[in-house]
Amino acid sequence: MSNFRMHLLVCGGTGCTASDSLKLVKMLKESIKKHEITNEVEVVVTGCFGFCEKGPILKVYPDNVFYITVKPEDAEEIITEHVIKGRKVERLLYVEPNTKKRLEGQKSIPFYKKQIRIALRNCGFINPEDINEYIAADGYQALAKCLTEMSPDEVIDTVIQSGLRGRGGGGYPTGLKWKYTRQNQSDEKYIICNADEGDPGAFMDRSILEGDPHSVLEAMAIAGYAIGAQYGYIYIRAEYPLAINRLEIAIKQARKLGLLGENIFSTGFNFDIGLRYGAGAFVCGEETALIHSVEGKRGEPSSKPPFPAQRGVWDKPSCVNNVETFANIPPIFLKGPAWFKSIGTEKSPGTKVFALAGKVNNVGLVEVPMGITLREVIYDIGGGIKNNKKFKAVQTGGPSGGCITKENLDIPIDYESLNSIGSMMGSGGMIVMDEDNCMVDIAKFYLEFTKDESCGKCTPCRIGNTRMLEILEKITKGNGTEQDLKDLVELGDVIKDTSLCGLGQTSPNPVLSTLHYFQDEYLAHVKDKHCPAGVCQALFSFHILPDKCVGCTACARICPAHCIEGERKIVHVIDQSRCIKCSACYNTCKFNAIEKG
Amino acid sequence: MAKLKTVEELKKIRQAALDQLDLRSTAESEDKVLVRVGMATCGIASGARTTMKAILDEIAKQGLANVSVTQTGCIGYCAQEPVVEVISKGMPSVLYGKVDENRGREIVIEHIKNGRLLQNAIINKSFENME
Repeated sequence: MSNFRMHLLVCGGTGCTASDSLKLVKMLKESIKKHEITNEVEVVVTGCFGFCEKGPILKVYPDNVFYITVKPEDAEEIITEHVIKGRKVERLLYVEPNTKKRLEGQKSIPFYKKQIRIALRNCGFINPEDINEYIAADGYQALAKCLTEMSPDEVIDTVIQSGLRGRGGGGYPTGLKWKYTRQNQSDEKYIICNADEGDPGAFMDRSILEGDPHSVLEAMAIAGYAIGAQYGYIYIRAEYPLAINRLEIAIKQARKLGLLGENIFSTGFNFDIGLRYGAGAFVCGEETALIHSVEGKRGEPSSKPPFPAQRGVWDKPSCVNNVETFANIPPIFLKGPAWFKSIGTEKSPGTKVFALAGKVNNVGLVEVPMGITLREVIYDIGGGIKNNKKFKAVQTGGPSGGCITKENLDIPIDYESLNSIGSMMGSGGMIVMDEDNCMVDIAKFYLEFTKDESCGKCTPCRIGNTRMLEILEKITKGNGTEQDLKDLVELGDVIKDTSLCGLGQTSPNPVLSTLHYFQDEYLAHVKDKHCPAGVCQALFSFHILPDKCVGCTACARICPAHCIEGERKIVHVIDQSRCIKCSACYNTCKFNAIEKG
Repeated sequence: MAKLKTVEELKKIRQAALDQLDLRSTAESEDKVLVRVGMATCGIASGARTTMKAILDEIAKQGLANVSVTQTGCIGYCAQEPVVEVISKGMPSVLYGKVDENRGREIVIEHIKNGRLLQNAIINKSFENME
């Protein structure tokens, strides 16, 4: 029995660590020592709480008090006031934006209210570097159940019954994938965990690995038992040092307890896991490219069939699942497939983790039941658009996905409905855009990414995407024609039809979807040579309105190009030939006398 | 740490580790018994710290689950310090005064475990939270 009467949980995810949460931990420990209460209070470093916007997060148990944006210098006050005297540090509580009330509990915060946490169940609750805490949270019970009470076929049936679908984006039924890999006879088989999270802005896999690495290890062992594999690889980006570190600790601890290794639970089942590092090529998230990379070859996709279930790593049957998919597995066995199916929608049961980013108030990681609407995610959980600007679109599915406009905000989120409106679930990146975002510029951003990340194997993807990008650059510089818009569609269609892998098959999506939903904006760029959002520098200019300018000289003083002329109390003028469109004058003017257009 | 050979051994580890997590899961539970110890300066000066430690120790000794012990600031009843409030779901909160180490242990055994209030120690004024 530990004698600690209080636990201080500090987020040790990458986001909070970057804002000094580990220094906070150090200061808390020092203060605890100073006040001689080391045997009363324990400081626990956890995984991501998801509320990254307000990090670093500190949660106090048993009081259930949730502190936000805690700085290292707040440590002393938290210890002397809250821990020793029981007085909450009000200024560090979350303030409800509408009522201005300070909220104590995590669950009362709107950001958490609509969330259901399955994959993230232990993130922010346990210490990811302590296998005992995972075991206390029912860890490795599912593996024990599968190995001692169920046959591999029963395990697979359970996953099929749950209706779990691949969370990496494709949405392929996980149970079926396991079944096909089981059916292929071989002396060796492999389980592969795809942790090559590459979508810009997506970080759910990283957070699961950082916050609850054992859940992935346990699920991989279950999958290994189900398909008849004795070894698993986790293919993880080398850019995720913290996740790698926690995985290494977790694997070591699991081996020590015999939860990985030979003869697990004396059942004769052997399973071990090794890490393989990716060098960050986006295409390696595609399963065949990933398999080649695991083998030490160049990360290039190859055609299917043969599917990995037939011939995968080392030409042996292999099953590739995503991190989040694995994290859902243990609860399915502990609570039953019917429970899992009761959450979400009929065709897409369960939850999905989204990385909410962009122009939204509460940036962070959210796990919501399938079937929730985008409006609920963006407005209720995300707290609406920053600075009361107007919502324009949300991009889901990263560089492979598309834009969703406000007309479609109320459709329920699941694999099929997102596909039907020209976007996709993807791995769960969700980037919110407001009126200040230029959709041509957004499309250009994603295409720049896929153009760089194309492995070069297929001509349409390698050259086609480059040509598309050139056309977009031409348009944003004001030299586009209406024919260019037609060419974009045609090129896009060809690239989609003729590329080998998912990268090329989806790379034109951001362009095609913005062209579809925001044709007006493209036409404004092409016909009127005007960028309505004021992003494409060649297509807008700043003007000073003579009737509003009071001649305060503020704009002239801040202009880095010294191209604003005028004297005190005399209307100022911008020399357009020298203006670099930096917006400094626009942001400085207190009289709204500078017009962008 | 030896390697696990059976599921029973896993359950043993779980049982041992549960205490570690109990503090957190109990805090999230809705029907827990909440014990609040007044720990402002006056409370601490009259020995609230010893009281709280005794309460925690007795809860562990009795093996009680679903009990959360937290601190609170000044309740304003300085003459009766240390004060301890016990809140169970569906019952009015009970406020005890002059809770020393022994009375703390008594509260755990009699009130929380056996469900009998310590009539002689209850502060005889109703106490409602003003919002």
